[in-house]
Amino acid sequence: MTTPQPSASASRAARGEPVLCVEGLQTHFDLRQWGFVRVGSVRAVDGVDFTLDAGETVAVVGESGCGKSSLARTLLALHRPTDGAIRFDGTPLNGLSGSALKAYRGRVGYVQQDPYGALPPFMDIQRILAEPLIIHGVRGRAERARRIDAALEEVGLTPAADTRGKFPHQLSGGQQQRVVIARALLLRPAMIIADEPVSMLDASVRVEILELLRRVQREHHLALLYITHDLSTVRHYVDRAMVMYGGRIVEQAPVAELLARPGHPYTEALLSALGDPDADNAHRQREVPGGEPPSLIQPPSGCRFHPRCRHAMPGKCELEPPPPDFRPRPDHRIACWLHE
Amino acid sequence: MMAAAPLLEIEDLGLSYATEQGTLRAVDGVDLRLHRNEALAVLGESGCGKSSLAKTLLRTLPRNAYPPTGQLRLDGRDVLGLPEERFRREVRWVRIALVMQAAMNALNPVVRVGEQVAEPLRIHHRASRRQARQRAAEAFEEVGIPTDFLRRYPHELSGGMRQRAVLAMALVTEPDLVLLDEPTSALDVLTQASIMNVLKRIKHERGVSFVFITHDVATASELADRVALMYAGQVVEAASARAFFSEPAHPYSRLLMASVPRLYQEQPPSSIPGRPPSLLDPPAGCRFAERCPWAFERCSEPPPMIPCGERRQARCWLHHSPGGAR
Ligand SMILES: Nc1ncnc2c1ncn2[C@@H]1O[C@H](COP(=O)(O)OP(=O)(O)OP(=O)(O)O)[C@@H](O)[C@H]1O
Ligand SMILES: Nc1ncnc2c1ncn2[C@@H]1O[C@H](COP(=O)(O)OP(=O)(O)OP(=O)(O)O)[C@@H](O)[C@H]1O
Ligand code: SF4
Ligand SMILES: [Mg+2]
Ligand SMILES: [Mg+2]
Repeated sequence: MTTPQPSASASRAARGEPVLCVEGLQTHFDLRQWGFVRVGSVRAVDGVDFTLDAGETVAVVGESGCGKSSLARTLLALHRPTDGAIRFDGTPLNGLSGSALKAYRGRVGYVQQDPYGALPPFMDIQRILAEPLIIHGVRGRAERARRIDAALEEVGLTPAADTRGKFPHQLSGGQQQRVVIARALLLRPAMIIADEPVSMLDASVRVEILELLRRVQREHHLALLYITHDLSTVRHYVDRAMVMYGGRIVEQAPVAELLARPGHPYTEALLSALGDPDADNAHRQREVPGGEPPSLIQPPSGCRFHPRCRHAMPGKCELEPPPPDFRPRPDHRIACWLHE
Repeated sequence: MMAAAPLLEIEDLGLSYATEQGTLRAVDGVDLRLHRNEALAVLGESGCGKSSLAKTLLRTLPRNAYPPTGQLRLDGRDVLGLPEERFRREVRWVRIALVMQAAMNALNPVVRVGEQVAEPLRIHHRASRRQARQRAAEAFEEVGIPTDFLRRYPHELSGGMRQRAVLAMALVTEPDLVLLDEPTSALDVLTQASIMNVLKRIKHERGVSFVFITHDVATASELADRVALMYAGQVVEAASARAFFSEPAHPYSRLLMASVPRLYQEQPPSSIPGRPPSLLDPPAGCRFAERCPWAFERCSEPPPMIPCGERRQARCWLHHSPGGAR
């Protein structure tokens, strides 16, 4: 894969030290009846492995409810993993608490899903952006004001004075999302996790925000995890893409490779459901797998896609879960028995 | 096909809302023509007036809307002047059905979906309970919901199934025209694609006409025979889908097409700098001029819809006289 990224990531990668390292990660939520009786669990993240290099951009793609936000929030230490390990810059996350945990959160910027809920409605932008600085001990009103202005201008809200005193509802959806990105950048993170940052926005604004994310990512050499349900928005904005289904990563590859040679039947299905605008689209039925997304409470046995998969091999796919890493090429991993 | 009166003719349609800041003109001088068994995609970004247009057609306007102005004809007959009582009896649900934006979240939570789907029949066709139930079952099959779902409550259905149920409700009275306001925007791609498949099939098999509202260019191309692109309350281009998607005529259409992220194209999409103008106080000239890279002196006057091909118009001075543009 060709990432036009210089020394830092290269040498880190050469030393075999990705910035983020996730192994066997599981996040299950208790399912309770009448509020207390535990009747089962939602296996929102159920065995996820991947790494993220410094300065690398990776997309997590998958349909609604497959566990993308749960994965993001676990990486942010907002959920405690049920099992598995997360290492950031070599340090295991599950050992962190108190000030170390706070320091970690300062190094990871978060653009949360739902831009409308992301900004507290009763604070002006200045206050909203001052908050993380105060929490992380940036003393001095003048220093904070300087950093807030710099962050606002960096995300294209120039002059900062026009935005500072406004309340979120006085900004358009795109401007609000810029403020959220400014907030994620304030503490000079090493990594950003952006959860569906553009799905609520109009097409043309979408591209603006994606361009902005790519620009700040490059300028600061950030690792970026971009979460989306829309494969068509990954092509120009990330190096690598991971496809998630039923709490697991079923395929990961450099983005061009994934689009040109999808290996997992689910990825194939996603791609054939989408199309670039074309008048002929109206005159052909799209191939769509039947059935519904898998239950995360009682996930299908074996390969979780087998009930919907047109290549499923009886006697195999419904019995044994495929390992996550059949590799048709060194940087292409597929969890599907077809590639055994 | 061109000889018969169009199914729907909209001429110089206008709709305003009374707001605290003044009069907001959400639909301004819209002309559209739809033939039988055609699907028209009404495309445009958030706030450009798409839902207001749909609500005007079906008279489901909020209280602060002024009475609409202009002409609205169904099979050549005026419907805008029809008294409410007759409109309800002869048009709404009977000839034209509407799937409102976010309708799938507006189903009544305590009534079984089968009954809700049958309801328009009971009200508008005075069907017996048995007939209505029979038709509802057929409509369920048509949109791909197993009929045992008739007895379930909305919360027992997935988002995709609820959207199908809402679609079944719109089809159950066998209207000639179905208005769909963002019917798939909240759904994931696979569900979206299967619902579009249902719409394509129904259009083909039943000869229904559709006005299909969306802000998503790729989704529009999944059903449209024709496209009307709206900008700041006006239609700025009306064309066949083929012409629109291959060779957009209005500058806004061109920039919008270039802003679409594509799976199979080397060139990255490009955004359109700037914002649409306020509808409280729109510019006197071309509403897109401020953002238009091709704008010239003439653009300070409001452009009319200018013919630029067969059944094709663009609201742009560049099309005024051949070659006279730049
Ligand atoms: N805090 C929680 N407690 C219990 N269940 C949860 C919690 N958070 C998420 N879930 C469940 O976990 C599953 C995965 O949800 P998640 O929000 O991670 O999906 P997602 O891929 O982000 O979906 P979307 O595209 O709709 O945002 C869902 O079934 C959801 O209901
Ligand atoms: N009841 C109302 N009172 C006042 N203004 C309204 C009302 N409904 C809509 N508007 C305004 O009219 C304009 C057009 O709104 P409309 O809902 O028709 O747009 P839209 O194209 O459907 O947008 P979206 O894609 O967000 O659904 C917007 O500026 C909107 O704020
Ligand atoms: S493992 Fe089997 S069921 Fe799963 S995707 Fe591959 S072929 Fe289909
Ligand atoms: Mg989510
Ligand atoms: Mg609308």
